[in-house]
Formats: sequence, structure tokens, C-alpha cells
Amino acid sequence: MAKVLMRGNHTVAEAAVRAGCRFYFGYPITPQNETPEYMADRLSKLEGASFTQAESEIAAINMVIGASMAGGRVMTTSSSPGISLKQEGISFLAALELPALIVNMSRGGPGLGNIAPAQSDYFQATRGGGHGDYRTIVLAPSSGQELADLTFDAFDLADKYRTPVLILGDGMLGQMMEPVEFRPDVQLKKLPPKDWTLTGAKGRPSRIIKSLILDPVQEEEHNWKLMRKYEKITKEETRWETFETDDARMIVVAFGTGARIAKGAIKRVREQGLKVGLVRPITLWPYPSRVIRDFSKKVKQFFVFEMNMGQMVEDVKLALEGNAEVHFYGRPGGIILTPLELARVISSRYYQKKLG
Amino acid sequence: MKKVFSRPKSLKNAAFHYCPGCGHSIIHRLVAEVIDEMGLQENIIGVPPAGCAVLAYDYFDIDMGEAAHGRAAAVATGLKRVLPDRVIFTYQGDGDIAAIGTAETIHAASRGENVTTIFVNNGVYGMTGGQMAPTTILGQSTTTSPGGRKETRDGYPVKLSEMLAISDGTVYIERTAVSSPAHILKTKKAITKAFRYQVENKGFSLVEILSGCPTNWKMDPVESCKWINEVMTQHFPLGVIKDSGDKKDAR
Repeated sequence: MAKVLMRGNHTVAEAAVRAGCRFYFGYPITPQNETPEYMADRLSKLEGASFTQAESEIAAINMVIGASMAGGRVMTTSSSPGISLKQEGISFLAALELPALIVNMSRGGPGLGNIAPAQSDYFQATRGGGHGDYRTIVLAPSSGQELADLTFDAFDLADKYRTPVLILGDGMLGQMMEPVEFRPDVQLKKLPPKDWTLTGAKGRPSRIIKSLILDPVQEEEHNWKLMRKYEKITKEETRWETFETDDARMIVVAFGTGARIAKGAIKRVREQGLKVGLVRPITLWPYPSRVIRDFSKKVKQFFVFEMNMGQMVEDVKLALEGNAEVHFYGRPGGIILTPLELARVISSRYYQKKLG
Repeated sequence: MKKVFSRPKSLKNAAFHYCPGCGHSIIHRLVAEVIDEMGLQENIIGVPPAGCAVLAYDYFDIDMGEAAHGRAAAVATGLKRVLPDRVIFTYQGDGDIAAIGTAETIHAASRGENVTTIFVNNGVYGMTGGQMAPTTILGQSTTTSPGGRKETRDGYPVKLSEMLAISDGTVYIERTAVSSPAHILKTKKAITKAFRYQVENKGFSLVEILSGCPTNWKMDPVESCKWINEVMTQHFPLGVIKDSGDKKDAR
């Protein structure tokens, strides 16, 4: 189909419907209200679909649990404080091995913070977020087009691994209008059948979906089972993009909107002859640690830029295992740096380290 | 020989773990009998709570999906939105439904979600060891209301069924008990009616059942039944609180 100009919050909604999402549960919070508004209208016109405005984010994520148990393609969207409220349910989704998509168009924090774009929910997104030993797949798009594509992928990944998938965007990605082209509609009937859903025990033994496992031996085995699943995801689903890394003497690591700013900055410093490249993790969990570690064989200076006080930088350091020097520049609170401003910081580090 | 009594089909062949005199065993059986009699076993999904009845899925031979503490009404909403032609019920205790899950319950009811709730009120947090519940009556001693519940310190008990009855989304609310054979029969009738209204697509229905917890009440089973009949029912009067089902059209 032809390209259309769409706001990110509409893009994720339209992509979800085209990917077969028929059930949406959410609670209003800025800067992502356009998504529930769009879904309310769009789903009301589709047979067998349902939009529900819940009384809270807690209720919304638990409705997601019910809909997922029943076999629906289901999503909820929110922004930082609302995602905090959903953590109980996300832990249950992981434990119950239920597929679902959760979108966080994150904003400045902590607390109520503000409604400007920020990347300060990285820890929450990549460390599980709620109680217990679990991970969620975290996808971090950096453009409207990628948001559309990853929304399609998110539902398939969630179904394939029976696990909740997060899209971590920010207010910028949600509010910005960009041209997007959607993939062909997913045909729900062609999706692999689910043999675990609750539909009423017709012609088969009754089923239980539960996370209470009182016997520690069995609970440990359940944890190992989840762990094996996470290892498989790490092996097969890690995604990243590299940009101008072939001759790089310094590598910038940034994700989402931050990576987009970083790309602009790198183009500028390249014009000045600086050999700087970018690694952009697309999956924040699983994290592309091996890619970063491999670069450290020839590049000894890494520069992490985030729109927070320094969260992903820890994963970069873990990946590098001390094999290269890590510089960090972060701007928390909803500040959007221009590529020019970031270019100046990158150049200054570059020359301090006598790379040029 | 004629068989006059057997396990309902909708119950598994498993021994209940509940304490002697606990109402859950009776209520499980009543729900299972109603499911059998209405022919719903292959068309129903239950949502057990956190609390003593969390293990309900070990006893009911139907599809069941566990909810987090208090969230059963939200989970039921999700199930029903995907499967509107299935019968969905939650099975919840007083702490689950009237404290941590009040918001989920009131809003599911106000949306008129076409689901049924079995609300087991024993006035105490049973599984965690007998703490004060939202429905603990004034003067009742628990581990967290020593010397008896005092309104100045602990506030008043929550009358959730009455609160729900004023919502336009609810179609049927009745409070019953399982403290005598007559009450048990009435409870079964109430559960049947609640499920019938759901099958007829009338809206939210709830049966609140006063039920004994001899272990945490520190009474024997006979004393607990007596206490329900003589004391608890003074604060939580039995009877139909709302029934607009026969006046209401299917939605």
C-alpha cells in the first residue's frame, strides 16, 4: 500500500489492528492518548473486536490477561506512571506464559514527572519490571516506520514464545508525524492455532492457567523453564542496527529517539572527518551484547548517549567486560538534545582521547 | 440399588483441602451442581481468587484461569470480551473483592459486564491467618483487630453488595448463607438464577454467601453456623438486594 502520514500513537494502533489485534484495554495518560482514541473508533467498526476503557492501568493489564487466556490478540498502551501500575500484571503475564503487547510511550520522571520524551524507563523495561525472575522482550523503535513494523513483529513474537512483549517508545515517537507504509493485513485464521487457551472444556479435558506453584521444586522448574525460553529468545531474537562502523575509532551506543539524535550527530562529526559509528540496539532485551563486545576487538572508545541519567550504559559496560573505555552523556527529565549539541559532546570526547 | 447422591460431574475426584466446617467445600459443590444442571460444563470458564479458594482449579473440572489478588473481575472482563457466548464467573473472598479488588469489582459491575461473581464472605482473611477483613463486623476479634474491630481505629465494615446494587449495570444481587440446610438450598437457587441471567445476557450478577471460617473464628463448625445465623446476619441481612433480571431485556 501507499505511504501515509501518521502520528506515532496512531501508527502503533493501526499497525496493531492490521496485525490482528482485536482487543484493546487501556486507561488515558499523556502522551499516548491518541492510541486508545484511535482504537476505540477502529475496533468499534470491526466484528468480534472490543475496546474497553478500564478504570485503571491495573485493571487494564488484568483484562489483557483474561483476553489473552481466551486466545485473543490483545494489547494495552500507556506511559511511564501507568506502566508502573501495570507491572503486577506483566509479572503475571510472564509467569502464566501469556502473549500480549504492552506499549510504553514513556515520559519524563520519576513520579508524575512531565509529558516530555524521556528514556528513563529502560531499567524497568529490561529488568522485568515487576516481582519475580522474568524478562520481557523489549523492542525500541526509532521511527514511525519501525514502530509500525515492530508492532507486527511484537504480536508474532508474543505468540511464538508465549510471553509479554514491550514496545518502549517515548513521547517524541508517539507524537511525531511521519510517513509509514503498513505491511499486508495479518489473516487471523492463518495464525498457528493455540492449544492452551481457555475456551470452555468442550470435547477435551479441562485446562488451568495459573501461576501459583506451592512446591518449591516445581516452582524452581517453572523458573528454569522460563529461563530456557529466555535463552532461546536471546539466541534467536536479538536485533540491532549498525551505522558507519566500518572504520570507526569511537562507537556511539544509543536507542530509540536517542539513537536518531545520535545518527544526526554522527553525520555532522563525519563531515568534520571524525571516524565515529553507531550501534543501535533494537531489542533492549535481549541486549545485543555480543555485537558490542565484538566491536571492542578494534574499537576502544565507546560513547553512550541516553535521554536519562545513565541506564543502558550499564549493559554496555557489562557487554564490554572492561575491554574498552565507556563515556556517557545523558540528559534526563524530558530534554531533547539537538544533533548539533550532541555532535559537540562527541567531538570533545573524540579529541580528548586523541583519536583525531 | 438406586444411586441417590454422587459427586457432580463438574468436580474432580479430589479431596478438598479446606478446614472442617469451612463453607468453601459446600459452595464449590453448589456451584458444580448448578453447572451440571444447567449443562454448562463445556461452556464455562471460572476465575479463582488469591486466598483459600485459589486452589478451586484443583477441584472444578472446568476451564479455570487464575487472577492476581483482587483482579478477578478484570480478568473475567477480558475473557468475556473475547468469548461473549461463554459463561464466565469469578469466585472471590471478602478481602479479594471488597478490599484490594473493590475498584475492579465496582467498575465491572457498572460496565454491566455479563459475568457472575460468587462472593464468599467469612469476615476474615483466612489463608493469611485470620487478619481483619473489609467485612469483619464491629466488635469481631481478628489478629489485626485485637480486642474486636473498633470503628475509631478500624473503620466500618464494607457492604459491597449494597454498594453494587445501586449501580445500573447490575441485574441481580442476593445475599445468602451456607449455615443451615435451608440456607444452602436458597444459595443454590441464587447461584442458578445468577448464571441464568448471564446466559440470558442480562448483565452483572453476584451472589454473596455468608460462610463460616471456624479455624480463624476460633469456633467449632456448629458454633460458626450459629454465629452466622445469630450475629453475622444482623450486620449482613440475607435476601435479595436487587433483582431486575426479569424486567430487563437482553442486551
